Amino acid sequence: METLTLSDVEQKYYSDLFVYCDTDNTKKVASSGRVRDLFRAAQLPNEVVLQVTLRFSICQAGGGCVCEGLREGDDLPLPRFAVGKNEQEVRHAALYPDSENQAPYSGVIPRPPGRVQPKKAATHEPLQPCPDTTSPVGSPTQSPPTSPHTWRKHQRQASGGNSERQPAQSGPVTGDGMWSPPVQESWVSFTDTPPSSTLPTVHPSSVQESTTIRTAASATTSNELQRQSSSYDDPWKITDEQRQYYINQFKTIQPDLNGFIPGSAAKEFFTKSKLPILELSHIWELSDFDKDGALTLDEFCAAFHLVVARKNGYDLPEKLPESLMPKLIDLDDSAEVPDQVQDVGYPNSPVEVTPNKSPSMPSLNQNWPELNQSNEDTAIVHPVPIRMTPSKIHMQEMELKRTGSDHAHPTSPLMAKPPELSEENKLPNSIKFGASNPVGDGYSSSDSFTSDQEPIASVVTRQRSHSGTSPEGLKAVAPPPPPPRPHASHSRSSSLDMNRSFTAVPAGQQQTGVVPYAPAVPPRPQPTQAAGSHAHRPADGDGLGPHASTSPQQIPEQPNFADFSQFQAFAVEQPSEETEKHAEGAQTKGATPLAPPPKPVRRRLKSEDELRPEAEEPPQKQNVVPAVLSTQLSIPRSVGKDKKAIQASIRRNKETNTVLARLNSELQQQLKDLLEERISLEVQLEQLRPFSHL
Amino acid sequence: MAVCIAVVAKENYPLYIRSVPSENELKFHYTVHTSLDVVEEKVSAVGKVLVDQRELYLGLLYPTEDYKVYGYVTNSKVKFVIVVESSNTSLRDNEIRSMFRKLHNSFTDVMCNPFYNPGDLIQSKAFDSVVSSMMVQAC
Repeated sequence: METLTLSDVEQKYYSDLFVYCDTDNTKKVASSGRVRDLFRAAQLPNEVVLQVTLRFSICQAGGGCVCEGLREGDDLPLPRFAVGKNEQEVRHAALYPDSENQAPYSGVIPRPPGRVQPKKAATHEPLQPCPDTTSPVGSPTQSPPTSPHTWRKHQRQASGGNSERQPAQSGPVTGDGMWSPPVQESWVSFTDTPPSSTLPTVHPSSVQESTTIRTAASATTSNELQRQSSSYDDPWKITDEQRQYYINQFKTIQPDLNGFIPGSAAKEFFTKSKLPILELSHIWELSDFDKDGALTLDEFCAAFHLVVARKNGYDLPEKLPESLMPKLIDLDDSAEVPDQVQDVGYPNSPVEVTPNKSPSMPSLNQNWPELNQSNEDTAIVHPVPIRMTPSKIHMQEMELKRTGSDHAHPTSPLMAKPPELSEENKLPNSIKFGASNPVGDGYSSSDSFTSDQEPIASVVTRQRSHSGTSPEGLKAVAPPPPPPRPHASHSRSSSLDMNRSFTAVPAGQQQTGVVPYAPAVPPRPQPTQAAGSHAHRPADGDGLGPHASTSPQQIPEQPNFADFSQFQAFAVEQPSEETEKHAEGAQTKGATPLAPPPKPVRRRLKSEDELRPEAEEPPQKQNVVPAVLSTQLSIPRSVGKDKKAIQASIRRNKETNTVLARLNSELQQQLKDLLEERISLEVQLEQLRPFSHL
Repeated sequence: MAVCIAVVAKENYPLYIRSVPSENELKFHYTVHTSLDVVEEKVSAVGKVLVDQRELYLGLLYPTEDYKVYGYVTNSKVKFVIVVESSNTSLRDNEIRSMFRKLHNSFTDVMCNPFYNPGDLIQSKAFDSVVSSMMVQAC
């Protein structure tokens, strides 16, 4: 190739530029930093830049400065920086192909002391056709990265005195090849300060690229280069030689290829590369894919690759390139298709999963489920309101009762229910219910005290199952089991509404008013509504009424119904609350658990001022219960047709339930107070009596 | 969306603090500093014996008229503080918890990096990105 001589002006210009680039004042133009900026400002296509840098590298390797192509003609005006460079580069590039045909480099000159003064190029290093090749594996016209290795190898080779290895234009485009030894030396240079300094200076274009360029000798256009390089899509791909080198390095630290390199060892190793800690930290973040603080072979190779790239002046990517993803990197595969990997994807692909990847994979996979679980936990924390409404089971019971009036019949399924119910501890209501189950049992037992009537027992069980049904119904509604306590209050607050609505439901199944829902519940307790009208369930007023025509039995049923609902609500409510009242009620009233709930209701129905002897209540309740049941039984029949309507009614009933439960608790509180008053009054009376007697 | 996120080391010096730049950052620095007292109070309240039972999420540390401060402390006494605007009522407790969880995960990733010396300022880009995703987008 012809030797370029720089005109004085050009030389001056170039030297100015050189000085500009020579930020370190070391008479060297570092490939990174300003020089690169310079070239980039030239806005040349990447390959041209690469060519240029390659040229420089070659120069350096050759110990001389290649100024070829810098300027063919002198007639160009001193270029303005950006523009001029363009022209220069273009020319430069244009000259490259020519140079390729030229005599091989004169020299294998061991890497010069790092003097690169392209602008002062005086000699021309003929290029020797290198049969061997450092084929540019690819990549890269777009991205520099892989080149470092090849470049280095190239350099090494040059220093090795193998001129033939100069970028082989003829050489087929193969992998980097023969990379390890030179790289090793270059790595060694890591530890040696002086030589290592030359490393970065040389870089930006990898030998790879240069070889690409060379091999594209035939194609003298950058397009051709581009075409060729475009065949390698992945700039970050690791070539086989590189990989082999990495593996060797890995072995020096960790003989077992399937093992890990602990973080501290990796830190020491990479610190030798003299990169700033911050960048090493960033590289680590990128390459430690599974975040375990240790590097597998793949991770190590990725990290090494990034370090090399960075050393050669390429910026670190923000996220790990696809080809460096652990799952892609494979010892056997050097032509991974990038699309197999997804940057965001996690190592799921069975393809090319090397054994040493497996240890990291499980850990990686484990991380995610953990995170997912944790997310779920947060989701679970939020209390889930649960409705208590008469569920299908309840309806079934009703039907059973209705159809066969076979107590045994309903009871059997009913008896089967409680265990079911107890199982449904997931739902708060069910929890409460479960807790209340014993209470319910208590109910049944209490009932058994008073009377062993089967109907009552069945009623009780039915009631239990009824409340149990609500959990079942709820099951479909609310999945996670929130802690009972908070729900207790939660449900409690709603329980009153539920109570209200619930009583409205049985009362008329047409709660238009009190309960906001639009109950399509069949007119079961319409008659009870009429009766219940005085049962002033606070909200129930509406809805009741029209069905007064129903059997008179339903009228008394209403209070029963109310009782039932109370009972139900009671059963459904948080046992803690109820049991408190319960305990208190029991103490004050001495009645069975069953008794208190209905008491307030009844009191309300008849007269809240009256204090009823508790004994009366259980029997009343018992009477009430069957009536209630019957009324309730009637409900499902009409409802049964429409599933949606059923569910809606279930929901409404549940709401009513909770409302009623709340009411219940409040009324019990009232009851307690009243009882205390009563006791105090009685005491006073007693005190006065003796006097009166006297 | 937080207005300010801070990571405070065990010795109560900040490892990382980032605020929405539009506001007076010094004010947030001061807020975080004062919130440390509340954190200490909450942590000591449980007692040393119950360390295992102590929950990491401390909840609302204290509200002011402009914003609310939430705290979270790890088992190694590294504290995370999040400041959110009071006007942002849509933020629920669970969301705050999830934010702390993400912070904690990112923080452990930073710790795993052998090039990170505990006690240094956190300069990890990954951590920065996680924090940025949680900050109020400056309009």
